[in-house]
Amino acid sequence: MSVVEANLGHDVHSHDEHEHHELNFWRQYIFSEDHKVIAKQYMITGIFWAVIGVAMSVIFRLQLGFPGANLSWLKPFLGGWITETGALDPNFYLALVTMHGTIMVFFVLTAGLSGTFSNFLIPLQVGARDMASGFLNMLSFWFFFVSGLLMFVSIFIETGPAAGGWVIYPPLSALPQAHMGSEMGMTLWLASMAIFIMSSLLGSLNYVTTVINLRTRGMTFTRLPLTIWAFLITAVLGIISFPVLLSAALLLIFDRHFGTSFYLSEIYINGEALPNVGGSPILFQHLFWFLGHPEVYIVLLPALGITSEIIATNSRKPIFGYRAMIASIMAIAFLAFIVWAHHMFVTGMNPFLGSIFMFLTLIIAVPSAVKAFNYITTLWRGNIVFTPAMLFSIGLVSLFVSGGLTGIILGNSALDIQLHDTYFVVAHFHIVMGAASAFGFFAGIYHWFPKMFGRMLNGTLGQIHFWLTFVGVYLVFMPMHYIGIAGFPRRYYQFTSFDFGKSFTDLNMFVSIAAIFTFFAQFVFLWNFFYSMFKGKVATQNPWNSNTLEWTTPVNVGHGNWEGEIPAVYRWPYDYSKPGSPVDFIPQNIPHSQTLESNFPHENEYIAQEKEIEAQNYNDQFASH
Amino acid sequence: MAATAQPNVKNVWLGGVEPMKASYGKLMMWFFLVSDTFTFSALLVSYGLVRFSFPAYAGKVADFVSSPAYWPIPEKVFDAMPFMHGIHAPLVFVGIMTFILIFSSVTMVLAVEAGHRMDRAAVEKYMLWTILGGATFLGCQAWEWTHFIHGTDSGTVVKEIVDGTWITKTVFGANLTENQYGPAAFADFFFFITGFHGTHVFSGVVLNYLVFYRTSTGMYERRGSYEMVEKVGLYWHFVDLVWVFVFTFFYLV
Ligand code: HEM
Ligand SMILES: [Cu+2]
Repeated sequence: MSVVEANLGHDVHSHDEHEHHELNFWRQYIFSEDHKVIAKQYMITGIFWAVIGVAMSVIFRLQLGFPGANLSWLKPFLGGWITETGALDPNFYLALVTMHGTIMVFFVLTAGLSGTFSNFLIPLQVGARDMASGFLNMLSFWFFFVSGLLMFVSIFIETGPAAGGWVIYPPLSALPQAHMGSEMGMTLWLASMAIFIMSSLLGSLNYVTTVINLRTRGMTFTRLPLTIWAFLITAVLGIISFPVLLSAALLLIFDRHFGTSFYLSEIYINGEALPNVGGSPILFQHLFWFLGHPEVYIVLLPALGITSEIIATNSRKPIFGYRAMIASIMAIAFLAFIVWAHHMFVTGMNPFLGSIFMFLTLIIAVPSAVKAFNYITTLWRGNIVFTPAMLFSIGLVSLFVSGGLTGIILGNSALDIQLHDTYFVVAHFHIVMGAASAFGFFAGIYHWFPKMFGRMLNGTLGQIHFWLTFVGVYLVFMPMHYIGIAGFPRRYYQFTSFDFGKSFTDLNMFVSIAAIFTFFAQFVFLWNFFYSMFKGKVATQNPWNSNTLEWTTPVNVGHGNWEGEIPAVYRWPYDYSKPGSPVDFIPQNIPHSQTLESNFPHENEYIAQEKEIEAQNYNDQFASH
Repeated sequence: MAATAQPNVKNVWLGGVEPMKASYGKLMMWFFLVSDTFTFSALLVSYGLVRFSFPAYAGKVADFVSSPAYWPIPEKVFDAMPFMHGIHAPLVFVGIMTFILIFSSVTMVLAVEAGHRMDRAAVEKYMLWTILGGATFLGCQAWEWTHFIHGTDSGTVVKEIVDGTWITKTVFGANLTENQYGPAAFADFFFFITGFHGTHVFSGVVLNYLVFYRTSTGMYERRGSYEMVEKVGLYWHFVDLVWVFVFTFFYLV
């Protein structure tokens, strides 16, 4: 009796319509409202940005590893940013670092990761025809696209893109006269981020409402795959934290363009006093990190969800501690909002307050450890199948543990005074956030590629890709810890003017070579990805013998995902190697009445409920009532 | 999909139904409001932080004079009424504005209720009252801003350093860089937060008008549901609630 239904009527109609004649090209591939197409759009855009973002890091790694080297050969790409003598312009170095951070954190690992897998998997795994609102979902992607476009344009303007670090602290970012990157580049950065936040909001609203309202019959919350739990909580994190960044950015825009003093006070530039008094740059840091810390989990949680699914499937064992996994996701999400000031230990914060944030921060180690141990215990004595997706998932667990350990070190405010803003921090978050989430992204692509494109990725190339990347990532970031402990600050153009800097040139060189190596290793993936999309081996319906609902759809999934009725769900998604069962996996849509030989005593009671489940079919988006 | 289509569902969390009998649109509105709450909270917390970094006025209230050196007492600043030039009426005008806005929330409740009864004429009537309330609020706010910007007849004499020398000048009214009432931050936050809220009210009025228009063309009647009225109603109540906080923080404390 609602708007929904009116729309539904419409949906059904248009559905019948294009059973007869196809949607035109624009509606089908460009302004599509189909979650699977939107997911692929996010994925391709994310990969595009990843290539750009990582290429940027290779350029500034060249500068760090080989200071003074002749980079004239980059002139065709970088033009005037390479000086006459073949050196990289120091201003552009800062811009590159900033763009690399922004692109990787927001465009690749937030939009790319959540956008791809939340969109693709939520309807397929909860058993829905599509997202709650296809239209808003489409808008979400196109907002993201426009936001990316603005950021892309900013790279090419004369004064260069934003250059104040991905955290854009004022006053540097607030005063155009402070640095060339704070001119037009920062304006575009802020505009781009404002649009990005809207895109993220639209996406998240859809993810949350779809999970709540459109689960198929029988799909209780405790039967949801852990991927869905992770996407759901991630979306909630985004809904709550991104608006605070929006506020921070709006205030910054006013400081930049309208003469307010929200973040500015008592500043001299070139010996001249600015009129601004009364604001506080520390205020910006509080606002930023209120988003910034949850953001790192927005990036990581989907990767952890993907890992849970893949590790269970490929260990042929139920996930260890399903409910503990959910609880730890929730605990991490909750704690994420009350630890932000651990990024601000050295801002002159009251040491007592610092110790409170330290205490809260260290508590995160508990749910994190729960997750890590649950992965390990799931793997323990499993019949492990080393698919590329599985390798990347195990790699993620390894990275999560090594990066988490350095997090505990940084979480101690006394230690952080020494380590803050050094390469130790850079190493910490690249391992635990950057590499781990990227591994989640890869794992997800290797695992669900057959569902996305109906073809398989080449497994051997996948294995090669994994080993090169895994070794490469550790070679890059392990030595970086020592560079940080030695006191090298991050975001410096070069260290050659300090005596102590000279002693670590070889290690810096090593890191840079490893980075270049890892960068080129990714072309194995890119080739595999694009080649297999068209020429890969044709996939079977359920290539990994997995339990979740997406594998009950046809090999080439059409509009509405299932032909005929949406399957009902009778069990959790982790019935692998169940004692007594003749097969080693029992998909979620198999009722307990058909598996009497393997039911646990309490599961026989569920048989009585099967009729009720089957009858409860009221939210099929294609059904007309 | 909504209530009527789910007869006798015993276990609402079993899947296959909308567990809270709320359409996805309504849920989205709720979650959007959660998000927007954090936008406003961030602004209000920022306001609090900056405000308490300034000293409060220490003397007797009766002797209060504005100065950039300390945070002003709101009732000494917001004491003007239209057509009553020179009369000291502390917080009376903003009180009226607040009352109007809250009253428009009441009419919105009535519109939603009329929607449940499928009473098109009543929905139209109450939506119109709500729109009127919102528009009046915006009009009042425009007047208040104008007054705030133009200032009082006498202004405030301030001493400040410009290029190394002390100068004395009289400031009238307020803009984003200086104002006669107190520190620059006072006017900055006033303009930003009430402006941001006003933008929300404005969007609300536009949405309300859209819903009114669609009601009067009979669109919801044909659709058989006035759920859209409920959705804009949620938004409208939220905007009112936010105003209560803005009012408290800017005018009362
Ligand atoms: C036991 C868990 C963790 C603890 C105790 C921890 C602690 C910290 C601390 C104290 C800092 C600030 C260092 C400084 O700037 O001086 C930091 C930085 C950072 N952490 Fe963690 N961390 C943990 C896990 C994670 C995870 C799981 C992620 C991401 C998924 C992450 C991402 C980051 C990022 C991105 C930064 C640096 C941001 C920047 O300054 O640019 N951390 N961490
Ligand atoms: Cu953090």
